[in-house]
Amino acid sequence: MTTARRRPYGVKGAPYGFLLPATILFALFFALPIGYAVWLSFRKVKVSGLGLGSGARREVWAGLENYTAALTDSELLGGALRVLAYGCIVVPVMLGLALLFALMLDSEKVRFAPFTRLAIFLPYAIPGVVAALLWGFLYLPDVSPFYFVLDKLGLPQPDLLDGGPLYLALSNIAVWGGTGFNMIVIYTSLRSIPAEVYEAAKLDGATPLQIALRIKIPMVAPSLVLTFFFSIIATLQVFSEPTTLKPLTNSVPTTWSPLMKVYQDAFGKGDIHAAAAQATIIALATLLLSFGFLRAANRRQKQEAAR
Amino acid sequence: MSTLAIRKTEPAAGTTPGTAQGPPLRRRIALIPTVTLLLGALYCLLPVAWVVIASTKSGNELFSTFTFLPGTGFAENLSDLNAYRDGVYWQWMGNSALYAILGALLSTVVSSFAGYALATYRFRGRETMFNVLLAGVLMPPVILAIPQYLLLAKADLTDSYWSVLLPQILSPYGVYLSRIYAAAAVPADVVEAGRMDGASEWRIFTRIALPMMVPGLVTVFLFQFVAIWNNFLLPYIMLSDDEKFPITLGLHTLLEQGANTPALYTLVITGAFLAVIPLVALFLVIQRFWSLDLLSGAVKS
Repeated sequence: MTTARRRPYGVKGAPYGFLLPATILFALFFALPIGYAVWLSFRKVKVSGLGLGSGARREVWAGLENYTAALTDSELLGGALRVLAYGCIVVPVMLGLALLFALMLDSEKVRFAPFTRLAIFLPYAIPGVVAALLWGFLYLPDVSPFYFVLDKLGLPQPDLLDGGPLYLALSNIAVWGGTGFNMIVIYTSLRSIPAEVYEAAKLDGATPLQIALRIKIPMVAPSLVLTFFFSIIATLQVFSEPTTLKPLTNSVPTTWSPLMKVYQDAFGKGDIHAAAAQATIIALATLLLSFGFLRAANRRQKQEAAR
Repeated sequence: MSTLAIRKTEPAAGTTPGTAQGPPLRRRIALIPTVTLLLGALYCLLPVAWVVIASTKSGNELFSTFTFLPGTGFAENLSDLNAYRDGVYWQWMGNSALYAILGALLSTVVSSFAGYALATYRFRGRETMFNVLLAGVLMPPVILAIPQYLLLAKADLTDSYWSVLLPQILSPYGVYLSRIYAAAAVPADVVEAGRMDGASEWRIFTRIALPMMVPGLVTVFLFQFVAIWNNFLLPYIMLSDDEKFPITLGLHTLLEQGANTPALYTLVITGAFLAVIPLVALFLVIQRFWSLDLLSGAVKS
């Protein structure tokens, strides 16, 4: 960080001035909506009589009613479990591949590195909706090359858009879209390791594999933590891919992921209070998970440093 | 300026320490890394290659010919797409461009202000403000978008261009990147020298700091451009008039209709192919003078 020690008085207000637009936008489009959602989550609509006429539908205080309803909602729980299973596939596979590709890019005498780096990064530039659409068609037996090959070989043709394989199908879309970005993050951090670090190991006759496992991976641990962290958040928020696949199959319910359930309750059922309570629970869970994870990662790093 | 990301310089051929690796000038190929990377590239390019080829097929060919055999129907598909609802597809493309360009531009301006302030000044509440802004990253978009929708509805702004544009201007990641770039690119003594010369803080920023931050700000712009172009959820919640849809939402509705009528498949596929072109072209062009590494906050001189 670059700062000067002494400064004239007129400077004092300047940083606040520069931060004003960001602060206003944050207040209007982050803080206010969050506050409003929390407020809504403690309210409910009370219908008196047949619910006709003005005054028949009143908003009243609900206390924790919406929260107990949300926590005992089997659809929300089901969505959470589905996303958990999905995340257990996506995060390790995506980061494993990202690390593998980054290490390969970083190895000596590799050919076509600029081309492959760009190609693997390319899906980042493709919207999640379009990615889900492309893969969705590739999963359809009628048009997919995979089924064509399976058919010619006389192999069984699984239905990728149903049951267990659906998780793989959805995970594949996320892995395809996210590996490139994470690879770049890890690769950048690999390149910042000074060459001298390897020289001694090389002189001692260490193989590239040993160098990767013993030197490179531990040194890029901070960027692995970062990518892991962002991947988990992105996974919890999965929405557009299953929403896009929905028209192609009957086995993606409108409440497949927790966020789809929130959307469905807010706009499908029109119960914004229930949706607000669920949204608040998901936000709290995300925050707790994030901070818990960052604290654990920090502690570990401090321990490593202390050794 | 900074040395956060020095290119690891490969030792020049012949001067390699411990030259037991064969003749100095011959460049051997590392087989396993090369093959692994090529397989990865194949996996990533496969769906793109498929959509390019599938978009050339007529409705019949799509279901009857081998997938990777080009068809003969591209011109027909294109004119079908043009004719679909009086060319609403191109309206979607135009909308996406508008949202992404304008949104990313405004986002870059806001991020550059905030990042510069957070990097070069020391003031009360600096870390708190930074952390609060960053916490925005953790907020699941649906959780923001639903109350945003309800609040914008009160201001009678839903189903308007504003409803998609305004919530995407502040990007926590953009502020974060901008702070890193400002800290690395704008030396404190240059700012101090400007003050000695009696320049106002605003003038120092626009004349001295901003030009130094440009390479980083290009990255902020690109990041936010991609984020807005690819965004589906916010327009999905905010908009109901399909004249204002961005391309992601347009394709989604097209697919929803097309799922029941396989005749519309070719339309969806051609639409998806054309939707992929702008961003892919952007990255292919830009990578000549812009490094992917910048996206992760790496700073080089």
